[in-house]
Amino acid sequence: MSDRFSALLLRRADDALVLGHRLSEWTGQAPTLEEELALANLALDLIGQARTLYALAASRGTGEDEDALAYLRSDREYTNLLLLELPNGDFAVTIARLFLYAAFADPFWRAASASRDGDLAAIAAKAEKETAYHLRHSAEWLIRLGDGTSESHRRTQAALNRLWPYTGEMFEAEDIVLVAADICPEPAGLRDAWNATVEAVLAEATLSRPPDGWMQSGGRAGRHTEHLGHMLAVMQSVARAFPKSQW
Amino acid sequence: MTEARTPLWEVFIRSRNGLSHRHVGSVHAADAIMALSAARDVYTRRGEGLSIWVVPSAAITASDPADRDMLFEPAASKIYRHPTFYEVPDEVGHM
Repeated sequence: MSDRFSALLLRRADDALVLGHRLSEWTGQAPTLEEELALANLALDLIGQARTLYALAASRGTGEDEDALAYLRSDREYTNLLLLELPNGDFAVTIARLFLYAAFADPFWRAASASRDGDLAAIAAKAEKETAYHLRHSAEWLIRLGDGTSESHRRTQAALNRLWPYTGEMFEAEDIVLVAADICPEPAGLRDAWNATVEAVLAEATLSRPPDGWMQSGGRAGRHTEHLGHMLAVMQSVARAFPKSQW
Repeated sequence: MTEARTPLWEVFIRSRNGLSHRHVGSVHAADAIMALSAARDVYTRRGEGLSIWVVPSAAITASDPADRDMLFEPAASKIYRHPTFYEVPDEVGHM
């Protein structure tokens, strides 16, 4: 049971860390000062979520500390969603990715805040408040990009089309034992809420929902795109070059 | 982004119940909702606020600095307007 629980925590922590790192890559390059700080705030929320989840996983069985879990695992050991490791692309891709994930993560954390596991429930309750803002911020931007200029509309629709095949993975079945024990919500049960959020925002943004076709998969099993290894190489370089150093 | 697309907004933050909103700075944003979002992200990162107002900077009418003497100098010589000449009885305590 503790192995299963740790694996659950690592999946969710890896999601948060990988997306948090991608958002942090905007630091120094965002289109405006305001959005620079906004994206850094979102990144810090996610990295904070990852830290608490890694720390809980470490205290419940993995034996490694949170730094080791973040900085000393290879891409094959990461179990994050493929959607979250894709490169930032332009601002439209960054916002569309954040929106598609937040529309899932917000109801996920709300459901997980009723977890039978008190520690996970507490982390989920905190994460839900942060994710609710991620959803609002990204939805407001998506509406303005989609319903903005012809160029911003074109780029945002292209971003949605590119990301869409990666959205199915969010709803893949969670560990059946943990779901049966009311420790973790079943992602498939969140699909209706996700659909409702996405449909409403896309309609307001005058964007069309891409057709549900073949969906990418494999991140939960450690089979990643070619992008994750490069991202981890940068993210882990200092920790690997100077093991255990402190500053 | 151009100034026309993202005009300037003045930001006011209320820190605690009972205190009024105070001007803290300004942000560029496309509209009021995005201005609130930007104000939250720029000015409440360290738990500064419980409430945010944003106001289009263009909606503020300011006094002309060249009028400073005319507007404010006459008050300088009227020290009797400051309530500093009254003796407050001890029984009143802090006013």
